Amino acid sequence: MSEGILLFIEQRDGVLNRTSLEAMVAAQRMAAETGDKVSAVVLGRDVSAVATEVAGKKLEAVYTVTDDKLASYTPDGYVAALKQAIEQLSPRYVILSHTYRVRDFAPILASTMGKTFVTDCLCFRVEGGETVFTRQIFQGKINTDVRVQAEAPVFASFQAGSYRADLAEAGEQPAPIKPLEVEMEGVRLRTEPEAAFQETKQAVDLTQAPLIVAVGRGIKSQENLSIVQELAEAMGAEIAASRPICDNEWLPMDRQIGSSGQTVAPKLYLAVGISGAIQHVVGMKNSQTIVAINKDPEAPIFDLADYGIVGDLFEIVPALTAEVRKAKGE
Amino acid sequence: MNIVVCLKQVPKKDSILRIAADGKWIDDRDLSYEMSEADAYALEEALRQKEKHGGEVIVICMGPERVRQSIKEALAKGADRAIHLYDEAFDHASDAAGIGRALAAALKDEKFDLVFTGLQSDDYGFAQVGLVIAERLGLSSATIAMEVQPEEGGVRVKRELESGWFQWVKIPLPALLTIQSGINQLRYATLKGIMAAKKKELREVKAADLGLTADDLKPAQVIERAYLPLKSKQTEMIEGKPAEAAAKLVEKLRFDARVL
Ligand SMILES: Cc1cc2nc3c(=O)[nH]c(=O)nc-3n(C[C@H](O)[C@H](O)[C@H](O)COP(=O)(O)OP(=O)(O)OC[C@H]3O[C@@H](n4cnc5c(N)ncnc54)[C@H](O)[C@@H]3O)c2cc1C
Ligand SMILES: Nc1ncnc2c1ncn2[C@@H]1O[C@H](COP(=O)(O)O)[C@@H](O)[C@H]1O
Repeated sequence: MSEGILLFIEQRDGVLNRTSLEAMVAAQRMAAETGDKVSAVVLGRDVSAVATEVAGKKLEAVYTVTDDKLASYTPDGYVAALKQAIEQLSPRYVILSHTYRVRDFAPILASTMGKTFVTDCLCFRVEGGETVFTRQIFQGKINTDVRVQAEAPVFASFQAGSYRADLAEAGEQPAPIKPLEVEMEGVRLRTEPEAAFQETKQAVDLTQAPLIVAVGRGIKSQENLSIVQELAEAMGAEIAASRPICDNEWLPMDRQIGSSGQTVAPKLYLAVGISGAIQHVVGMKNSQTIVAINKDPEAPIFDLADYGIVGDLFEIVPALTAEVRKAKGE
Repeated sequence: MNIVVCLKQVPKKDSILRIAADGKWIDDRDLSYEMSEADAYALEEALRQKEKHGGEVIVICMGPERVRQSIKEALAKGADRAIHLYDEAFDHASDAAGIGRALAAALKDEKFDLVFTGLQSDDYGFAQVGLVIAERLGLSSATIAMEVQPEEGGVRVKRELESGWFQWVKIPLPALLTIQSGINQLRYATLKGIMAAKKKELREVKAADLGLTADDLKPAQVIERAYLPLKSKQTEMIEGKPAEAAAKLVEKLRFDARVL
């Protein structure tokens, strides 16, 4: 019989990934509805520090899987170890945070176990013994409620920011830390990983900028960038961009905001021609005041904007530049 | 170096999406389509590898008749031949396991060194289909690739990690890589390419050819409702002609938000 919820805890070099705590909130809420208990599992060569940290939370147990083959992350190592852990514990759900690492191994794990995996969820509800997950399609433009009809365990990953890490419930007493025995001897690691690195020294540190004007694909071409640059200049703001702008090399990579770029929280973030895909939003959603200019009234960026103007940026941006100059008495 | 590219066709980026009458999907009448963005980069990367190292680029695409337009675009850009999974039975494959199963079955007897997919599709966005194919075919894999270097005994791949970090990994062939947008700069099809594409092989594959039935592809995940997201914040929409709206916004930013 499958029971319980198993939460995957991600760590790198003994440092807990904060988004695992967000997923923990999802798991704890799920447990409150289903009557299940949440346990956590953490993999690595030496995970005692992370296991102890996590054990302070409201959990049934923290399982550790340690082996030299888990010292550096590889998909083969993680799949082999987690598959055995899941088979021993036979949970009803396996909950993860939708990180780059999870993207790299969890689909293989679910597939090799013949289980279904609902990725990048925002939330869930339990209904008559079945679970309905909410996930975005079309890059956040539309939400869907997805009903799962499959044998346990059901795998589900949650989008960064879908739950608040600080809401993870603490336990009354530390959860027991239990080592799991897994067989890693015959496991072949096909991946040879090298050390992680950063491409270049960031020339600009956008995290310190109080005002940011960010431009997206709505700008259409590199030549058009000048109208946004003029606005930024008039405001005394730094210019930033969504990923496609940097991919096209219209602006350098160190101007990119989002999950693969910088994370900022300025006083003012003005998004011009940016749709508001989650990978962009995670990099700017904590800005104090957010303004969006977009011709599509349904663009997801308006969901988090304080002020919005629906219209053509090629008309609005120059008008805005003129108004800012006027206000500054230029 | 023979490379398979998995291509998916999705509604154009600027499409205005409406919910269908049954409330379970988008209304797909009157939409224009294009290659999913990351897949276009995957195709470009395959063409560049072929230009450097020789070999063949094979595109594979599952979908209704309309996807042939994207297949032809790929052939016009320089792919050598194409496989089109085209059958009503494939319409049932609507989760990653089903789609991956069908694509893997179609690739089982192909001879290739690498399979490229996009890191995620612009419509479903499962971020899974590539790895399902890898798992089913026993391929090594690396995701979110930003550079690909074939080497003695395998391929070296620059993977993107979070927050501007990267990592090189080496994996043996045959391998599957999921390609990230921005790995290269896309080319356009030339007139010559478009003409040449007409003579290239485009093989149609039915579910029965793969020994699959609609039942085999039945999804474990079913969309029961599609809807526009609820707003999480009270957004103050500023109306008026551009100059008017601009003046109002500046005033709000100066005196209400006090950020200017
Ligand atoms: C693993 C991964 C990591 C990623 N990392 C990042 C990241 O770090 N940063 C990032 O930004 N993205 C990232 N992305 C990409 C992200 O998913 C989106 O594709 C991207 O943010 C879209 O950029 P955009 O909003 O500029 O373009 P689009 O989504 O194409 O939006 C363009 C917008 O402009 C509007 N528009 C068009 N013309 C006009 C006009 N004349 N006037 C006004 N508005 C107009 C349109 O209505 C549309 O809303 C990542 C994706 C993945 C899968
Ligand atoms: N119907 C399809 N035909 C061909 N390739 C597909 C199809 N669906 C998904 N893929 C490939 O799998 C990748 C990931 O898709 P997804 O798992 O839906 O995010 C896409 O970028 C494509 O390369």
